[in-house]
This record gives sequence, C-alpha cells and structure tokens, in this order.
Amino acid sequence: MQARKKYVLLGLCTCCWLLLFYWGGLQERLLALLTRRRGEVVRPWPDWLDRALLPGYAENAELQNGGGPGESPRQRRQAWASIYKNSHCRMDTCFDFGRCRGRDGFRVYVYPPEKGDRVSESYRKILASVAESRYYTSDPREACLFVLGIDTLDRDQLSTQFVPNVDERIRGYPLWNDGRNHVIFNLYSGTWPNYTEDLGFNVGQAILAKASLNTEHFRPGFDVSIPLFSKDHPQKGGERGWLLRNTVPPRRKYLLMFKGKRYLTGIGSDTRNALHHIHNGKDIVSLTTCKHGKDWEKHKDARCDHDNQDLWELCRFCLQQSSDLHAADANNGVCLFPVSFWHVPQAACIPVLLSNGWELPFSDVIQWNQAVIEGDERLLLQVPSTVRAVGVDRVLALRQRTQMLWEAYFSSVDKIVLTTLEIIKDRVYAHISRNKFMWNALPGGLVVLPEYSTHLAHYPFYYLNLGISPGQEFTAVIHAVSPLVSQSQPIMKLLQVVSKSKYCSQIIILWNSEKPPPHRSKWPPMPVPLVVTDGRRKTSSRFLPHVTIETEAVLSLDEDTVLLTSEVNFAFHVWQSFPERIVGYPPRSHFWDPVKKIWGYTSKWTNEYSIVLTGAAFYHRYYHYLFSHYLPPSLRALVDRTSNCEDILMNFLVSSVTHLPPIKVAQRKQYKDMPGPQSTNMAPWATPEHFNQRQDCVNTFASWFGYMPLVHSQLRLDPVLFKDHVSVLRKKYKDLERA
Amino acid sequence: VGFGLIMCASVKYSSRGPALIPRMKTKHRIYYITLFSVVLLGLIATGMFQFWPHSIESSPEWTLDRRSVHDAPLVKLPVSSPIPERGDLSCRMHTCFDVYRCGYNPKNRIKVYIYPLQRFVDEVGVPISSTGLSREYNDLLSAISDSDFYTDDVTRACLFVPSIDVLNQNSLRIRETAQALAMLPRWDKGMNHLLFNMLPGGPPDYNTALDVPRDRALLAGGGFSTWTYRQGYDVSIPVYSPLSAEVDLPEKQPGPRRYFILSSQTAIHREYRTELERLKEENGEALLLLDKCSNLSQGMASARKRCYKGQVYDYPQILQESSFCVVLRGARLGQATLSDVLQAGCVPVIMADSYILPFSEVLDWKRASVVIPEEKLPEMYTILKSIPHRQVEEMQRQARWFWEAYFRSMKAIGLTTLQIINDRIYPYAARTYEEWNNPPVVKWSSVSNPLFLPLIPPRSPGFTAVVLTYDRVESLFRVITEISKVPSLAKLLVVWNNQNKSPPEESLWPKIAVPLRVVRTKENKLSNRFFPFDEIETEAVLAIDDDIIMLTSDELQFGYEVWREFPDRLVGYPGRLHLWDHEMGKWKYESEWTNEVSMVLTGAAFYHKYFNYLYTYKMPGDIKNWVDAHMNCEDIAMNFLVANITGKAPIKVTPRKKFKCPECTAIDGLSLDQTHMVERSECINKFASVFGTMPLKVVEHRADPVLYKDDFPEKLKSFPNIGSL
Repeated sequence: MQARKKYVLLGLCTCCWLLLFYWGGLQERLLALLTRRRGEVVRPWPDWLDRALLPGYAENAELQNGGGPGESPRQRRQAWASIYKNSHCRMDTCFDFGRCRGRDGFRVYVYPPEKGDRVSESYRKILASVAESRYYTSDPREACLFVLGIDTLDRDQLSTQFVPNVDERIRGYPLWNDGRNHVIFNLYSGTWPNYTEDLGFNVGQAILAKASLNTEHFRPGFDVSIPLFSKDHPQKGGERGWLLRNTVPPRRKYLLMFKGKRYLTGIGSDTRNALHHIHNGKDIVSLTTCKHGKDWEKHKDARCDHDNQDLWELCRFCLQQSSDLHAADANNGVCLFPVSFWHVPQAACIPVLLSNGWELPFSDVIQWNQAVIEGDERLLLQVPSTVRAVGVDRVLALRQRTQMLWEAYFSSVDKIVLTTLEIIKDRVYAHISRNKFMWNALPGGLVVLPEYSTHLAHYPFYYLNLGISPGQEFTAVIHAVSPLVSQSQPIMKLLQVVSKSKYCSQIIILWNSEKPPPHRSKWPPMPVPLVVTDGRRKTSSRFLPHVTIETEAVLSLDEDTVLLTSEVNFAFHVWQSFPERIVGYPPRSHFWDPVKKIWGYTSKWTNEYSIVLTGAAFYHRYYHYLFSHYLPPSLRALVDRTSNCEDILMNFLVSSVTHLPPIKVAQRKQYKDMPGPQSTNMAPWATPEHFNQRQDCVNTFASWFGYMPLVHSQLRLDPVLFKDHVSVLRKKYKDLERA
Repeated sequence: VGFGLIMCASVKYSSRGPALIPRMKTKHRIYYITLFSVVLLGLIATGMFQFWPHSIESSPEWTLDRRSVHDAPLVKLPVSSPIPERGDLSCRMHTCFDVYRCGYNPKNRIKVYIYPLQRFVDEVGVPISSTGLSREYNDLLSAISDSDFYTDDVTRACLFVPSIDVLNQNSLRIRETAQALAMLPRWDKGMNHLLFNMLPGGPPDYNTALDVPRDRALLAGGGFSTWTYRQGYDVSIPVYSPLSAEVDLPEKQPGPRRYFILSSQTAIHREYRTELERLKEENGEALLLLDKCSNLSQGMASARKRCYKGQVYDYPQILQESSFCVVLRGARLGQATLSDVLQAGCVPVIMADSYILPFSEVLDWKRASVVIPEEKLPEMYTILKSIPHRQVEEMQRQARWFWEAYFRSMKAIGLTTLQIINDRIYPYAARTYEEWNNPPVVKWSSVSNPLFLPLIPPRSPGFTAVVLTYDRVESLFRVITEISKVPSLAKLLVVWNNQNKSPPEESLWPKIAVPLRVVRTKENKLSNRFFPFDEIETEAVLAIDDDIIMLTSDELQFGYEVWREFPDRLVGYPGRLHLWDHEMGKWKYESEWTNEVSMVLTGAAFYHKYFNYLYTYKMPGDIKNWVDAHMNCEDIAMNFLVANITGKAPIKVTPRKKFKCPECTAIDGLSLDQTHMVERSECINKFASVFGTMPLKVVEHRADPVLYKDDFPEKLKSFPNIGSL
C-alpha cells in the first residue's frame, strides 16, 4: 500500500512536473519564434556555428609581405613611362618633375606670339594673367610649365577663331617634347550638335585645362577642368557675388528655374524637352528658347519661348544641365542668354546640376556637393521634390558656399588661371600642398600659400573651425629709421612701454637707418629678448617674414609711436577676438572722387575709416608672408622707391583676403595727427608730396587688385567702461581716459 | 499541445485507478508499471516533438541561426556556364549604375541586399575558392546585415552584395568565380553589384584590380592604381590587417617619439632598402630600419617580431615609438602595414606612385599622412624634417582617428564603403568634409558658423523691431514712438502676449511712418519673442522690451550699423558677465559694472533672424521649455545659442546707461530681488550642463562710434547723441 501510494504520488508529481515543463518549454519556444521573427529583419546573415573556425582571408605573413618586393622600381618607372602615355597620362608618367627643381621651383613660360597670329580676347587675358603671375619666367630654361602662344581656346572648326595647322606648328617647337610639361587651355571643342572632345590636334602628353571635360576623357590627377567664361569676363578683381543678404527664409519668387536654349536636336535635347514636364508655371519655371545655330526654325515647335528677362535673382535654385557647361554659344560671338554655368553662382541662386558625365570645374580641389545640388539627369522628375526637401539651414549654407567659391576661384580670368596653375603646382610639390580644407574654406586656396606652412593652425583663418584660440603672446617689430643718439629718443620710451606688456614675448628692431645699428649695450635692459635685424633700408622690409617671429601676433610699430602699456594690452585682447584683421589705432579713409574719377585718400577725422596705419597695429604674422610672396614685386618696389604706402598696401592686402574692414581701438592721444607747434622741421610724413604719393598709391593698388578691396567701418572698439560714469577704481584701462 | 493534454488526463485517470483498488496483485502491479512507462514515453515523445520540431516539420528558417557554413547549399557550375565580361574601365555611376533601383526615399539611404550563402563547385566538385567564406568577409556581411542599409527584400534593393568571398584573389579560381557571379539570380550584367576585394592580382605582375571578370559590378578594392580605379564609381578600401583585432594598442598621446622614422616592412625591394640604409647612415639614431627576424622559429611569432642587427622588437608595438612610419609599395600597392601604422598613431609616409589611397574620395589624407613620390625617397628625411611639430602631432592624432573610424574592423570598412556609395546616390544629403575628417575632439570644440560668409549687408532693407508686451500699453506706446524715429526702422512688430486682454483699437496706436503689425499669441510664453514670424522680412531683428525708452534714436541707429558689420553676432546695449564662483564650484551671473562682457540682454539687441529659427526649432535639450516654465532667462538662452554656434562673443554697443533694471522686465511687475538674480545664475549652470560646455566668450571691448568723445565738433559726428543718461 505504502509503496503503491508512493508510486502514484511519484507518478502524479512527474506528470505535473512534465506538464509544467512542457508547457513552459512550449511558451519558451513560442517566445523564441516571435522574437526571432522580429530579429530576422535585423540579423538575416546567419551567426554561423563554426564562425570561429572560419579561415582568415590571408595569412599574416602574406599580408605583411605585401606581395613581396616586386620588380625593380627603376625598371618599373621606365616601363610605365612608355606604356602610360597620351590618354593614360598621369603626373608620374607624363610630367618631368626634374624641370621644377630649379632654384625658384615652379616657373611658367609663355611662348612668344608669332607674327600673323590672331589671339582671341579670352586667350589674350589668359596669357596676360600668366605673365603677371608670380610664377612667370621669360627664360624657358628655368621653366617648369609651358603655355602655348597659339590660341587653342576655340577648337570648333566652324568658328572664326579656329587656328588651323596647330599640329604641324607645335611639332616644330624645340621645347614641345611631345607636350611634356605643357598646359593647353581650351574652352570649346568639336562643334554643335555633338561637341566631341576632339581638339583637332594631338595634345600628346600635355596637360589639358579644358572647360566641360567629359569624365570619360578626363585624365584624373592630370587634366584640369576649368569653368567656361565669356570674352567679357573681367581680367582682374571681378564683381562680388550677388548674394548680399542672408534672408531667412530665402525670399525668392521662384523655387526652381531653368533658363536656356532648348536644343531641338542633338546633345541634351531629350532632357531639355523633359524639363517642360517639371514646369508648373507657379514656382517652378522653365524658360527656353530654340534659337540656336542657323536652322533652328526648321525644328521649331509650339513651346519655343522668347523670354529674355533676367530672372536668375528671383529664384532660389537654378537648374543647370550639363550641356550648358559645354555649349554656350560663342560661335556667333553673341550669347543669346547668359547660360554659362558661371552666371549662376554669382546670381546667388543654388545651382541644381544635372551633370552626368561632366567633370565639374576644379573638381580636383573643390567639394561641389557642399555648394550645389547634384542630381541625376535620369531622375529629372525627382528634382522638384528634392529641392523642396532642402531645409532652411542647408539653403543658407549652400548659397554662401557657392558665393564663396565664385569669389575665390571664378570671378576673374586671373583667378581661373591662377587656380589652374596652383592645382598643378600642388601636384608637383605634393608634400607642400594645400589640403582640401584650405581649398574649400574661406578665404580660399589662392591666398593660402602652403610654402608658409601646411599646418592649419598657423593661419589666421581657421581658429574657430579647429576649435582653438590664437596664442597668448605677441612679437613687437619696431621700424627704426633714425640713428640712436640719445637715451631720451621716443624709441627708448617705446621699448620700455612695450616690454612691460605681459603678453610681449620678444621685440625685434628692424634697423633701417643709414647709420649702422648701435652696440647692444646702448639698448636699455629689458625683461624680454631684443633682436636687432638689418632692414637694408627698404620700407617693405618691415613686412618681411622674419624667421625670428615665433608668435602668431605681430605688433608693428614706428619708432616714434607713443603708446601706453595698457593700450597695447587692450589692443592685443581685441586682436585675439579678430585674429584675421588688422587691429590698430590711427585710422584713415578712402573715398571715390566722382569728379576726378579716381580714388581719394584722406587723413581727416571722419565718421568712418577703411585703413588703420601699421605704425601701431596688431596683425597675424601670416600677412608678412603674404605681403612678401603674394604681392607682385612691382608693388613692393613702388613702396621701396617712395618709402611710403607700405601701410596702405598692407591694408589692401588684408581687406582683399578677409573682405572686412580693419578694426580701430581706443587710444589716449591722437597719434601723430597734430604735430606740436614746437616741432620746427616738418616730419616727412606730413608733407604734401607725401600725401599725394599716398593718393597715387591707393589708385595703383586698386588697379592691381582689379577692384577696391578696402571696406569702411563706423565703429571703434573701446574698453567696456570707457569714459563711463563709474569710479576709476573699477576700470581696468583707466590710463586710456587720461587726456 | 492538445495531444499532450489528453495524454496527461489519461495519466491522471490511470494513476487514480490504482488508488481505488485496495489491494494489488503482482501482475497488476506490472501492468500498471508498464502503463505508466508507456505514458511516460509518450510524454517524452511529445517533449521531443516540441523541443526539436525541425526534425519533424523541416523549417529552414528555424535553423538559420544555428548552422554551419558547410550546410550552405551546393551549386554546381556547368563548364559552359557564361563568363561575365571583363570590367569596363569607362563605367561611371550614370552609365553603369541603375539609379532607378534606388529611387527617391525620404531617409536618403540606399538599400543593400546580401545573397544567401552558397557553395559553388565546378563539375568535378572542386570548390571555386580554396578558403571558401573567410572570417573577414563573414564579419563584413554580418555588419552590413546588422546595419540600416540592409534589406531582405530583393525587389527593393538598390545594391547587391554577393556572398562569394573575393577578398583575396590568390585563393580564387578566376574563371569559375566569374561563372559563379554570373549565375547569381539578379546579376544582370553586374548592374548594382558590389564586390569587396583587398588583395588583387597575382604573381608575377600583380594587377591592381581584381582579375575576376565582373561586367559592370562596382569594385571596392584595396590597392587600386590610378589606371584601374574608376573615379566616382569604384571605392578604394584599405587592406585589412587582422593584427588590429589581435593586438590592443592603446592610444598614445601625440608628441615627439623615440625614433623619427621607422621602417617595419619585411619585403622592401633591394634598391629601396639600400636607399633607406643610406639615409640611416646619414641620420643615425633617428631612423630605425627593421626587417624579418631570421633566427626565429616560423609561425605566428615571426609576424609579431621585427629585428635590427640581432635586436628583437615587438611588432606592431614598436610602431608607437616613432613619429613617422614608412609605407612603401611592394609588388602590391595596397599594404596592410598602413593599417598597423595608423593604429599606432604613427604618421604614415606613403611611397607608392599611382596608388589611390583608401577612401580618398572622402578622406583628406594630407592631414594624416605624407605622400612622397618613390623617386624622392632619398629626400624623405629632409621633407619630413620641414613639417612643423604641431602639425606632426595633429597628424598623429588624425592618423589614429582614421584607423578608429574607418580601418579598425571589417565592419568599419564595409559601412564606410556603403556610406560613400550612398553619398554619391544622394549627393544632396552627403556627409560633409568635417563629418568625415574631423576627429571627435575637433568636432566637439570647433564651430561651423551658419553665417560664415563675410558680408556687410546693405543698409537699405533696415531692421524689424519686435516688441514683446503684456499689458503695459502706455509704456509700449512710448517705446513705439521712440523707435519710430530711427531712420533704418523698416517695420514694427508688437507681440501681444496677453490672451485675456485684446490689444487697443487701431485708432489708439501711435501714428508712425513704417508699418506696424500686432501679433497675438496663443500662450503667454517668453519664447514668443524669438519666434520667426513671417512678418519679419528683414535680416536684422531688434528685440526690445516694452519699457526700454531710454535709448536714443542715434544709439539705435548706431546699433544697427554695428550689427551690419557683425551680422552673425548679438549686438546689444546692456552687457552682462558670467563668472566662475570658486567657492561654490559653479557659474555665477554678474550684472555689476564690470570690465568684461560675455552676454548682452535681449531687452534691447539686434540679431539675425536666422537665430529665431535656431531658438525656436534647434534649441538643445529642454532649455526652451525651461525658459517658458520659469518665465526667465530667455536672453541668456539666446546668448548661449548664438555663442555656441558661432564661437563668437556678443558686441555691446555704446556706453553704459541707466537701464531701469532690465532683468526685472523678464517678469511683469516683478521687482529686482535677490531670488531673481539667483535664478539667473541657476540658468547659466543649467544651460552650461545642457550644452555640455560653456560656450560664452568673454571680451573686454564694446563698440562706440569712431569719433565718440573725441575732441571734434558734435554736429559733424554721425551719431552725436550717444551716452546721455
């Protein structure tokens, strides 16, 4: 009985237990099934049981071996040079780097024009730009790059500017060398309707700088894609973009616009006909004309529109189709519409590019996806929904970016040519070249000289982008012209004042006097190192990039400047907030004289200023480098010849880089403006000749820059409590208020 | 389930049976035991059925997670099966890629399909690859399938990734692999197919791209040369180094290292080794030239050791001891060493002519490496010496960051490749240069100013004054009358924040020359003053309280002129400062007369309308709600917002005036008291913690007219009436 009970009980328990277990198991299974269903979407690639046993894709030894040493590098290089030619050209195989090893490195030679050659306006501008650039040489032996004298811009055989027999002529050149180290500029090739890439002569191993290059024929890292420009494109300077205001939301009448020729046949005709379908008459408009070539009327249809109104500025996006890049009509000498791509960025509407197969201008260095909206021609009908989805912040960024690119690289022939040369130069000296950031950030690659430094933090422009702040010290550079005769000379006082500033790391005296510099012991003892360097009596030497300047900030001083330590400290603080500008004390101004039609210069007290004198000013040391290497020798020679205007030139330079005015800070005394009655002999800077010279300088500089870079400002930066009715004890810069 | 239940019931019944019988014979007992056993067996069978159902109903899905690679279906390739064409060198996205498959999608993300694993064998049964699926390729495919790119719907896919492993060409049978590719159900001339290959070519000439004929398929290849790389179509990827998974090299602080240049590669051509040795002779200890260890036993150890004149060094640890590490080409262009070098935070000196660097489409290698033409190897030392120290340090940091983000694992390599293709297909949603290239430290501390273009907007559009008011009509009307005297005022917008009271009738408002609009709000919120009303048509906005009547027309006009010169900043009148309270260990708000300024109050301030958008839609965290709930600190929030996005300090204009306690206007009728100021200190601390940093910048300057307080006839000054109390 007992045993039976036991069995029964045991059986019952087992049963219940099994029941529970099985039920539980079932639930577990169901759960697993459910979760797996969900999990399946996430993890469909199996987690193999034998995952750990899978072999590696290569043995460690094989990977470290890197395929073994391979063939002899010397032989390989020779073999390459013979295999990779013409359409396979690369810098490694078709460019003679040895030519660029000269003392001056990168030099460009232009073939002299031949008798009877007609050179088009555009090509004349290109040649002029090269000849004026700092890379020009008239000696072919020291040249690294050659530019043909023959006009190769228009290779449309129907064009009047077509130059025949180019092939034979260039082969006659002793320097041609199958095109090695040559650049060939070209805007148009082939002819309507098919616009082939054929130039009508063999470019050989020459670098092609060509507008609207097809990706198929583009030799990456070798050719340069340049923008198309008309013969009216300015040689220098160029207009600023048309974006003057960052309105939010962008108030434009139209969202998207296409305007241009509608080819009835031939290249691009399909897409252009399709454009008609996205036209909605309200915010998306497509204005086309069929006038093109001679026989357009034969193909004419009902949609041939003749609207000639300039509407670019009214739209937020402008649709650009690839063949616009290609086929602006220069054959008739008249552009029926300003269809060339480069009108668009200037018009401050965001280009929507349907550019299948076209290499965008300067695509080597410019990041186009940050400036334009790229679409696929095949997805034309999606363009409206795409552009509608672009948010306010992106529209804002894109518009500013296109304008920045326009101003940095496209607004003049000079810029286009220089950009082309700089791109090639960056390839030749790859280890001293600009990185992509330098090319795409303000102020643009042309004013960033990698020979100065390849390090971003060494430039005044990138502090905020890098999340760093300018250095805490400055170097004072004192320009001394008069010999040292007494210990009471202003320079002695100045040395005391400047060296007392806790931010001063060293003082450099630039000795520009007729007399040799005095002995070391003549200078007063100072808490900071003092360096005396010889300026060779050149005024421009004050802006030489002296190697001894180690700080980012430079305080440039005249020997007779009167300053207080607290003034120096305050100005230095201000400079740290504006490291890319000149921060100084005495202001000057320029103005347009409508009667004489020249620029005027004034030292009178006015309500605005555009120049601060560098007799007492803070700026970044990079401007020394730009002054000595970016500006042409002719301007520096003018400064040395007249011993004048170096400060105006510096202001021109900095404003042309920043597009911003300098900054004037508070100052106790009116610097040099009112010579005391006791001074008998007039200082050289106060004579009328001196003043007239400065006025001439302003005009000379403006013509070199091609525009007036100076910008006016109406404000002065003072200490926060400057002349406020507060106890002087509270004021940090109380010295500034003493009369 | 039902079956199990019945079984159990019957068990219960039968087990109850014996209990009813008082006495039991032995043979009955045997009978019961047998019955019990049968029941038990039945139960066990049920259990088996429930736990291993796949053995009964063959469901392939169920087994997915627990399978061996060797269970993958076997596919036999007929000898005559078609071979794809060799890769077409002229392929570009617009010619060889079917963009219609990707279409328009709101997320701007491509969809990637992975073919299920198959084992391809030729007719004799020999597999097409000697290794089959490798660990790395498996990791890559797992990573893709775990990512947002993945889709299991083959019809919705834009990109197809075959499960045929072609990472290493050496383990492949070229012809058969090509046939296998062509057999894929969606192959369609390789359109939209992506192949990953790291070791292309084979001896002796080592082609720089995968030799397997592949029609139009995209190739993500390690070791492309400029002649095989189809720009904008192929993706250049690194050669993955499995060492990075084996060895954990902690990040080393950038800075000078023991050696200047280190060469660790084992197979350097004789000509180059001679050159390197010459450099070593000239520069001595600065260079370390390592080679294979000849006397060590073969195997794993030799891969992790390097030797110099009998001295043994640990590899890759030794790489961390050098500033620059040489990465020379071998027979192959792509070298796994590059990955090891980056991991060690050593700046690679890449000498491989025509090599397309990994991910060069998006990565700026000039910031992380030095590329030197092979010809210039003898000049290497001079070239490297000319690089500034600070730049070397930054390059070291950048190199390590590239490794962490893009080289570290097969997952990183695979997803980066897909992101690059994604960027091409949706260029308008592409990642920016900064996103690709800036290491997190820089991303965190740098700013990208939304109004970065240096523009001085024209004066003519003027500004829109926005007056926030509740019910102080009298004071409001005085403010309106005063502001209307400012020449550049374009429009006046009154934000009526009182829902219980209607604004006064139109006839009662002051008559002014510019349009005056009244906007009624739905709720009494402080943030209403920063709403980007459509009525604001100018860039410049003047936010002004309804009791700021002490500003003169000259002062306001001058403020507008200053804003024009600094359109990306807050330009305001009363300035304030934040201070660090060392005792309390937190930020403090300061409204005393100080020599410094870090905020301007928006009771009277000019700013760009774009900041209204940012305040309303992009304010981080719960700051906006916090401000509305506390009815305070909206101005501090605006100062934080603008300083954070531009990295710039505000501009205080004109001398100090006797503002009638501007802080008090934040809450109507509330008098200045200690609690209010304490609350504003709290605001600063709260906002700083939400922003994760203190974005405010302290400056010591304010803007005055050029001739302010100068000894000059007042009537000739543009802004004479400034600074009167």
